[in-house]
Amino acid sequence: MQRIQSRIGLAWVVTSLLLAAACGPALAETPTHGGILTFVVPAEPPSFDGHRETTFALIHPIAPFYSVLIRVNPDNPGSPTDFVGDLALEVPEPTDNGTTYTFKLRQNATFADGQRVTADDVVATFNKIIFPPAGVASARRAFFSMVDTFYASDAFTVVFKLHHPSAAFIPALASPFNFIYSAKQLAQDMRWYEHQVLGSGPFIFTEHQPGAFITGRRHPNYHHAGQPYLDGFRAIFAKKQSLRVQAIRGGRAMIEFRGFPPKSRQDLVRALGEAITVQESDWNCVLLVTPNHLVPPFDDARVRRALSLAIDRWGGSTYLSKIAVVKTVGGVVFPGHPLAASADELREIAGYWEDLEASRIEARRLLQQAGVPEGFRFKLHNRGVDQPYKIVGTWLIDQWRHIGLNAEQWVQPTGPFFQTLRSQSKRFAVSMDFNCQAVVNPLLDVSKFVSNDRSGINYANYQDRVLDDLFDRMNRTPDTAEQRRLMRRFEKRALDEQAHMLVTLWWYRIIPHRSNVRGWTISPSHYLNQDLSTVWLAP
Amino acid sequence: MTASEPPVQVAREATSGALTGVRLGRAALSWVRQKPLGAAGAVIVLGMLLVALLAPVIAPYDPVRNAFDRMHVPPSTAHWFGTDQFGRDVLSRLVYGARTAMLVGLVASFIGASLGLMLGVASAYFGGRFDLFFQRLMDIFMAFPLIIMALAIVSIFGTGAHNVIVAITVPFIPRCARVVRSSALAVRELPYIDAARACGFSHARIMLHHVAPNVMAPYLIMLTAFLGQAILLEASLSYLGLGVQEPTPAWGLMLQGGAEEYAESAPWMAIFPGLAITVSVFAFNLFGDAVRDTLDPRLRSTG
Repeated sequence: MQRIQSRIGLAWVVTSLLLAAACGPALAETPTHGGILTFVVPAEPPSFDGHRETTFALIHPIAPFYSVLIRVNPDNPGSPTDFVGDLALEVPEPTDNGTTYTFKLRQNATFADGQRVTADDVVATFNKIIFPPAGVASARRAFFSMVDTFYASDAFTVVFKLHHPSAAFIPALASPFNFIYSAKQLAQDMRWYEHQVLGSGPFIFTEHQPGAFITGRRHPNYHHAGQPYLDGFRAIFAKKQSLRVQAIRGGRAMIEFRGFPPKSRQDLVRALGEAITVQESDWNCVLLVTPNHLVPPFDDARVRRALSLAIDRWGGSTYLSKIAVVKTVGGVVFPGHPLAASADELREIAGYWEDLEASRIEARRLLQQAGVPEGFRFKLHNRGVDQPYKIVGTWLIDQWRHIGLNAEQWVQPTGPFFQTLRSQSKRFAVSMDFNCQAVVNPLLDVSKFVSNDRSGINYANYQDRVLDDLFDRMNRTPDTAEQRRLMRRFEKRALDEQAHMLVTLWWYRIIPHRSNVRGWTISPSHYLNQDLSTVWLAP
Repeated sequence: MTASEPPVQVAREATSGALTGVRLGRAALSWVRQKPLGAAGAVIVLGMLLVALLAPVIAPYDPVRNAFDRMHVPPSTAHWFGTDQFGRDVLSRLVYGARTAMLVGLVASFIGASLGLMLGVASAYFGGRFDLFFQRLMDIFMAFPLIIMALAIVSIFGTGAHNVIVAITVPFIPRCARVVRSSALAVRELPYIDAARACGFSHARIMLHHVAPNVMAPYLIMLTAFLGQAILLEASLSYLGLGVQEPTPAWGLMLQGGAEEYAESAPWMAIFPGLAITVSVFAFNLFGDAVRDTLDPRLRSTG
């Protein structure tokens, strides 16, 4: 793991130097206070509870209202190893052979209603995340399988004890979804935060008009001195991509934090010239096809494998990247990471074969063997977001036609889409899903694929103890070579032998924004660095 | 004809049939002369129907098959109306889109108007508290604009062609029922209705055989008026992402997403579906107006 981290660190140093060279003049500037940041968001949050949700639709408008215990360095958000304290004063070194972490909290942090943030709030928050009571959803529960116990040793100190040393613990803790909630509110109602907002972040919630916007104003007693720089922000919901592009072009919004396809970047740059700045990055985000294992014939691994074999991923990478925010062919791990499969290793997996024709012949054979008739009809459940969901959905339907399957797209807005996904029922046959993670941390990022009674975000409704075991072994071994070997076995089982879920293409992030927006740096995740505490507007 | 029928009678019937055909032809010609715009609308509507029926023969390409080696090809001899971002032929999608438009338009209009006819006739015929209650219910439905009501229904039932038909049908019902009821109220007071009652006919028989046939004029007027509206509504819902979904060819859907994004660099993606919607709605409205002028005695010219 250390070797991996050092390689990532080296890559990061190089990237940082390049970024620093590119942004040198901007970095040298002194931030100024004032102004309202307007930004567009492609979807509305399904709820306000960060512990339950996994979507940018929550992070972008809601994260500015919350603090977290630790976070990625806002000046260096692309690094998978550079973490700093938020409510914690610093990121502590572990003790007891790497099994104990003691976090000292700031004593000047307050919630928006004036109560002081104490260790009790942190403990109550992580109790909800790691050991949620029945009926309370926690999307990142599986990230903390190494945690044994945690407690408040005094009003401003929290101690975490681990079962075993784990390099994945600190990145898991730094997830931007781990909003610190008020212990008092959680004691009254564990689900209060699904519909209410009360945090200790840089901004205070002021208004939510469903379908229109969410606004926030500056937290006057924010615990990071001098921040935030903005007086407030307005997050405007705009489902249609063309509308969001036009909003930036027309000056109604300054930025969209998720990402635009290449065409929109070209249009904005052509129209606005120097008034637009473009930041680009690989994206720790991938669309998955999720066959519902409760619904025949998708309970049959042969059928799921056939779905994967039909997809021309290598070709799709070339042409879809021209019209959508997807680009890179990869397996379960963020491409380019030392734990990711090489192109040769990928070609060994069903659906990544070099010979597409042979792949589709095999797919037809498997369907025939499974008794699926030619022209079999089913619905592809999809999210009502253009980029890249509907585009990739349309592409997949065409791919499956090549093996005699007729899929029809069934699109739902974000809220109902997640309700359907989480229903643990036969309400969908095959659905689009995604695995977008914050900090690049493949050992935990692949928790999406472990059994649904362990992972809070596996919506394919299966249990696979072999995968679970591989996952546990990967996370326990400190040997990077062994981690890589186990990851290949995990990948082969998840994507090929069982084809539990199908990985499509990894995303590529392009953010064209108004040049007066400063203090925000792109990262490989559209979840990171979104509390807006460091953002300022140049006059 | 049977062997026992006298030849004179057979000849008379044949002459009578020919005369009817001639009369119809003359009437049609006269209608075309009196309502040239309506006739033009009818021709376009007929053309659309033919295109929809013969789509597999007319369309040069598979409308849903992706062809990424032909993305954003401008109009040319190979692709008269160009291609979209998936390399699909725009003309072929327009041709198949006519099917979606006509299917949704015809089915929603017919069911909406027919249910409105039945409910309007029943409301007028029974009168009293039933009429009072029913009309207030209609008032509630009519308080919502067409598109708002359709949006609400799609939100409840979800997207897809069948749900779009339901969403368009429901708001049409009260509109037709209200118009038909006003005509049926007058019919209800006519002596032959009393005579039918005196003969002991059932309510259903009186309504179906004696009232409904006499309110067919407003029914047909509403039906033709609904056709254009239904096509426009379907296009609107699809444009908003609430109607039929990709890759189904539908005109409103073709205007959504890619057409907006590539409006500057590939304008053909927006122009041709836009034209198709405009021309079809215009044609249906022209045809509907002409039908109304012909069937409504107050608007009929004395010639």
